[in-house]
Amino acid sequence: MTATSPDPFAGYDCGPYFCELTPGREGDGGAIERIRARIRAIGLDQLRTRADAAETDLINLGVTFTVYSQATAIDRILPFDCVPRVITAPEWRTLEAGVTQRVTAINAFLHDVYHEQRILKDGIVPAELVLGNANYRPEMVGFPVRFGTYVHVCGIDIVRDERGDFRVLEDNARTPSGVSYVVENRALMFRAFPDMMNGIRLRPVDDYGRRLRAAMSEIAPEGVDDPQVVLLSPGIYNSAYFEHVFLAREMGVPLVEGADLFVEDERVWVRTTGGPWPVHTIYRRIGDDFLDPTVFRPDSLLGVAGLIGAWRKGNVTLANAVGTGVADDKAIYAYMPRIIRYYLDEDAVLANVETHICREEEGLAYTLANLERLVVKPVGESGGYGITIGPRATRAELEAARAALLADPANWISQPVVSLSVAPTLTDDGLRPRHLDLRPFAVTGRDTWVLPGGLTRVALKAGSLIVNSSQGGGSKDTWVLEDDESDGASGWRG
Amino acid sequence: MPALPLLARYAEGLFWMGRYLERVENLARLIDVTQTFEMPARPFESWYSLIRINADEERFAERGYARESAAVKQFYLLDHDNPTGMPAAMEAARTNARTLRPVISTEMWMQLNMLHRDLMHIPATSLSGDHLSRLCSQIKMGVQSHTGITEGTFFRDQGWLFYGLGRAIERADQTTRLLDIQYHLLMPASAEERRVASLTQWGGMLRAAAGYHAFRRVSPAGYQPRDVVRFLLADPCFPRSVLMCVSQMEWQLSQLRATYGLRGTVPALERVEELRAGLLARSMDSLIEAGLHAFLDGVQRDLILLAAEIGSAFFRDWRPLAQAEGQTQTQGTQTQSQA
Repeated sequence: MTATSPDPFAGYDCGPYFCELTPGREGDGGAIERIRARIRAIGLDQLRTRADAAETDLINLGVTFTVYSQATAIDRILPFDCVPRVITAPEWRTLEAGVTQRVTAINAFLHDVYHEQRILKDGIVPAELVLGNANYRPEMVGFPVRFGTYVHVCGIDIVRDERGDFRVLEDNARTPSGVSYVVENRALMFRAFPDMMNGIRLRPVDDYGRRLRAAMSEIAPEGVDDPQVVLLSPGIYNSAYFEHVFLAREMGVPLVEGADLFVEDERVWVRTTGGPWPVHTIYRRIGDDFLDPTVFRPDSLLGVAGLIGAWRKGNVTLANAVGTGVADDKAIYAYMPRIIRYYLDEDAVLANVETHICREEEGLAYTLANLERLVVKPVGESGGYGITIGPRATRAELEAARAALLADPANWISQPVVSLSVAPTLTDDGLRPRHLDLRPFAVTGRDTWVLPGGLTRVALKAGSLIVNSSQGGGSKDTWVLEDDESDGASGWRG
Repeated sequence: MPALPLLARYAEGLFWMGRYLERVENLARLIDVTQTFEMPARPFESWYSLIRINADEERFAERGYARESAAVKQFYLLDHDNPTGMPAAMEAARTNARTLRPVISTEMWMQLNMLHRDLMHIPATSLSGDHLSRLCSQIKMGVQSHTGITEGTFFRDQGWLFYGLGRAIERADQTTRLLDIQYHLLMPASAEERRVASLTQWGGMLRAAAGYHAFRRVSPAGYQPRDVVRFLLADPCFPRSVLMCVSQMEWQLSQLRATYGLRGTVPALERVEELRAGLLARSMDSLIEAGLHAFLDGVQRDLILLAAEIGSAFFRDWRPLAQAEGQTQTQGTQTQSQA
């Protein structure tokens, strides 16, 4: 008897969800069927063997994030699933346009709320949501930033509903992370699964560092010819340290810690063996609060005393700018479709997840009437606190939520439970559907560029909707098909 | 604008990564030579000499080890909390490598990462019988792989010179310790024992330093202990001789000054000159007569002063705020000065 590896897709059933690897999708030009055929040809045993080897590779390479518990630090890899998530050329055109539009609107919004505040005066967004927000920084008022760009690096979390429509779940306009995995995952696929990729034309992802570096140079203070860019990291104990290393290397700039920098004469300098050296752009991967102990948290050892002063003098650029957190807040998210229309006079290319704003009468009425089917979230909190998931709540929990809503409607929004799309994912039972999302990354200096694809995070537990790496999530390589992989596509080039 | 010079923090990290890795390799050599020297009648004496040359008597007692051979091996190879042991040096090397990931090659990082994983989980059974020698080989080869990868992949700007300085200073220091074993071992022995043990033991020491065959090539037919001492201290061609290390330091510092304009190298270069003069000033006979141990002690002190000159010229500057962050290296310096 010859041992043949079982069909990896045997027993795969995506149920009511949209599957990201169903063949014959509009614009896939047959590529998805070819990819499936190759996965079959590789077979389940080989998939497993090579996936294991690939994970060992990641550990050895130190493509890891660090998890701290009491006294120990454990380097963990972001679990990697070897079955790619495929995005067709027409789908990517929609995503790219939608992400660009959203970033443009977010920057226009930030410029406005730190200058004329027209959107508040016109009553489109309630003033107290912005001015009373902990992430609103009065230090930014009236301060000019080059090209009006506040958010230079933006990550937008996008999900896909049952019908396959993309919807934005969240904007990350502070210091979004994860892009290093996009590039590393692709490199890993090239090493471990060349036979799965061979001849399938994919948009490359290895250009990110060069693009980011170019943007960081563009935004340097005016009049500096050859600006010195640095990446400011909290250091090796930060869980995203690998990503900081990755980005510094890909950009070809030094990774610095707060103690490497100092401010003199309202200019920023880096300490080198040859003495102080001027710095013009800081791509910072530390939060606003920690940037400058003389302005924000006085106990911060991660930042640089006097940094904000040097920045206000226009001698150094910070990316992202200070105070962008006011734009990626849950409360503001609900208003994003209106914000886009207000500044760009366009409908949002990418819809929000349907959101009911309970400070508005209509939204409150709908929420109260459909409580058992909705997710109710407080606007001011982060980290999932205070959320009631209607379909999973007890009667008592629903009544408590109702009381809270009535007591202070303005503090709440509600959303339907979104059925995230799925993709075949390697499990002990063979390939099985697992839910996933997508975080594309946009880099903006003078203009916006979106890295083709983005980070696909996948919930490895059956039925789970939680894709976060801290809670059992993994990642997949995200394949954006080139136009000529798509039969119906025009000659469009990004 | 010209290219950015090296970050002071990277320079310090590279210097210390080089030192710690050299220390890991040399600990394996010291343990190997001790094993070879082990005198059947008094095995613990042999092993305890290792404790003495590292000035670890107090720490060894404090950590509650029994006075037996196995305890010394454990102390240096398995005890993660012993700051003078191999695991602590490996941990410190890897922590430095982590901060240096933006400047070292991916291949260097990957190998160190894997070596670290292996050396932090040595099973106790590896210390017994013939396993120990194999373990020492494994450790040596691990660091030698690092050395080769570094030679073939590490970008040779000033960072490479600081890395090389760290390795050369540590290697010189370790060679003096290897020599010092002789002194400690032979002190309690009678004149006759000394004479008999002597030649075999000098040979064993040369083997531990990977210099036995080279020594035979350049040494007189009926060699004396002073020839071995001269070889390890002042041979101009042997890669582990103190003189060779000193020549390397001189070259590295001169490069830093000439190519990178680092004027802070001047006081360090003066120290190097003194070291060289000290090595060549006296005949080996007079040096041994005056007391080899005291001479070696002097060399070790000079190396500490040299490292301090380099540190204050190039490293201190980057951490005026956060002294706590520099503990690894600060601790390393303290360890050195206690010895």
